Parts: sequence; C-alpha cells; structure tokens
Amino acid sequence: MSGFSPLMSPVVLIDLALLTMLILVAVAMLRSRHLFAVVMLSGIYSLLSAAFFVSLDAVDVAFTEAAVGAGISTVLMLAGMLLTVRREKPKTPGRAPVALAVVLAMGAALFYATIDMPAFGDPQAPANNYVGQEYVERTASEIPMPNIVTAVLASYRGFDTMGETMVIFTAGVAVLLLLGLGSVRGGREVSDAKTKKRDD
Amino acid sequence: MDHLILKVTSKLLFAPIILFALYVQFHGDYGPGGGFQAGVIFAVAFILHAFCFGLDETKKALPQKALTVAMVIGFLLYSGTGLVTMLRGANLFGYDALFPASTHHAGQHYGILVVELGVGVTVASTMLTIFYHFTGREPDIDQEDW
Repeated sequence: MSGFSPLMSPVVLIDLALLTMLILVAVAMLRSRHLFAVVMLSGIYSLLSAAFFVSLDAVDVAFTEAAVGAGISTVLMLAGMLLTVRREKPKTPGRAPVALAVVLAMGAALFYATIDMPAFGDPQAPANNYVGQEYVERTASEIPMPNIVTAVLASYRGFDTMGETMVIFTAGVAVLLLLGLGSVRGGREVSDAKTKKRDD
Repeated sequence: MDHLILKVTSKLLFAPIILFALYVQFHGDYGPGGGFQAGVIFAVAFILHAFCFGLDETKKALPQKALTVAMVIGFLLYSGTGLVTMLRGANLFGYDALFPASTHHAGQHYGILVVELGVGVTVASTMLTIFYHFTGREPDIDQEDW
C-alpha cells in the first residue's frame, strides 16, 4: 500500500450522484412491467453511464456508450418491443430461499473482494501500470497521433478490432439469414408481416 | 400518421447528423470518436428518417442491397489493409510498411484511417440492416398500443 489517498473533490460527489441515479434507474427498470417504460429507462441508464464515463475522463467510451447504448440499442429494443406484447406478464411473488442465500453469499463475496481493489484513482493501480503505461509512453514516438485510444484500438490492437468488426458483420449476416426478405439477387419475398394481426 | 413538424425537423437535422458522423469518423485520430461511433451516428440519421417518413421511403433512399454490399466492403477494407501490410513483408497491421520511406509515420496515419473507415462502413450498414429487418416486420402500429 502506497501513501496515496483519494481526494474528496467535487468530481467524486458528481460520480456518487451519477452512481446513485444509476442504481435508482436499475431498480425502476426491475419494478416496471410496462415494456415501453423499461426500454426508455434502459436508454436513460446508458446515458447516465455515459455521463459517468465522461467524469472518469474516458470520453471515447462515453461516446460509444451514448451512441450505441442510448441510441441504437433503444431503437432496436423499441423495434423488438413492437413485435411482442406491451406489458410484461405479472409474476406471482414467491419465496426462493436457496436462490436468496446464493445471491446474498455472492454479494458478500463481491463486497469482500473490493477490499483488495486499489483505491479510486491510485497511480499505483495495475491498470495504470504495465501495458497501459507502455502505450502512453510509446504512442507519441511510434504513432504520432493525439488520441492514444485510437492508436491502441486501430494499430497496437488492430487484430482485436478486426475481430470486433467481424462480430458485427456476423451479427448482420445472421439477421439477414434469419429475417432476410428475399435474397440479394432478388429472390422470393417473404411477407410474414402482413399475414395477420397480433392477438394481444 | 402525417406529422408535418416532425418531417420538416428531421429534414433539417438529416444533413448535420451525416456531417457529424463524417467528422467523428475522420477526426478519430485527434479527438474522441472513430469508426464504431461514426457508423452508429450515420445509421441514426437514416433511422430518424425512417421514423418520420416511414421505412419504405428510407428503403428507397438506401436499399437493403446496397447495405449488404457495404457490409462486405467495410470488412474487406479492414482485413485488406492487414493483408497489404503482410504482403509488404511487415506484421499483420504493421502500417509502417505502407509508407516505409516516411519519417513521420505516414503509414500509421493512413492505415488507421482506412481501417477505421472499414469499421465505420461495416457498423453503419449492419446497424441499418438489423433495423430494417426488425422494423420491417410490423407494418403499422396503433396509437393505442403505446
């Protein structure tokens, strides 16, 4: 343990406020049975975590979270919601003592694990040393590019990013194969959307 | 479902959103952003169009066939860059081999630019493909259903 002690700065207060709101939104999502409200709350959740990432100085991650999490996911969830009912079926409340015990034990273990974690913003934390340090030091001379995140993403870890692009490409191909309306060369059109009205 | 204000507003917003997507795409070396975010923003412009004008109009502007081709082109742009660097005798994605004579790592700049463009094209076309196929399954929603 080094002599580092985290400051109680205004930024920490903002972080705490954002995290509190995240928990509140998550609880609201759990309690709501109205699917439209749940989709909107999940968008708010993503936006709040994007704000949290900005306060952690991870603007690239925040940008992605705001665009993908709050933007596209919400739209896709809405599109998916239109294909199903509007309300979740009410669940009869029951007691599951074994499940409760497992969850409590797991939660306690996680809390116990946080004791060993480095303090918030600790410069000696493993995340700030080793390979991360290397990237910060070497980008300026090897890839003269102001945004280190882009340098890591596209150059140092170009192969990883190719895998990510491949994943997205595969998702698109899967959707095309499963729901595709006809083939690329102009095959038969499947018109399952017009067949009959839903019975909800 | 004919909302004039929404249509006019979305028409006004469409070009700036595309412009912002291009800015995020090609400015990723200097500020936050890159292919993933730019692709999503690009797709969002068309999704907004589909919300206000209907999916059929959007499909006229940007047909699924073009998206399917764009998906493949995007990924080939990415993996093709890696292939070129390998053919030039460097490691996979060793962009310096693109301009070996450069003293200021021009290869890294151009390599990353092309690779990010590949990511952007793939993400934008895939997101729109998924959107088209999910939304295209429901012809119309009643106002009551919300």
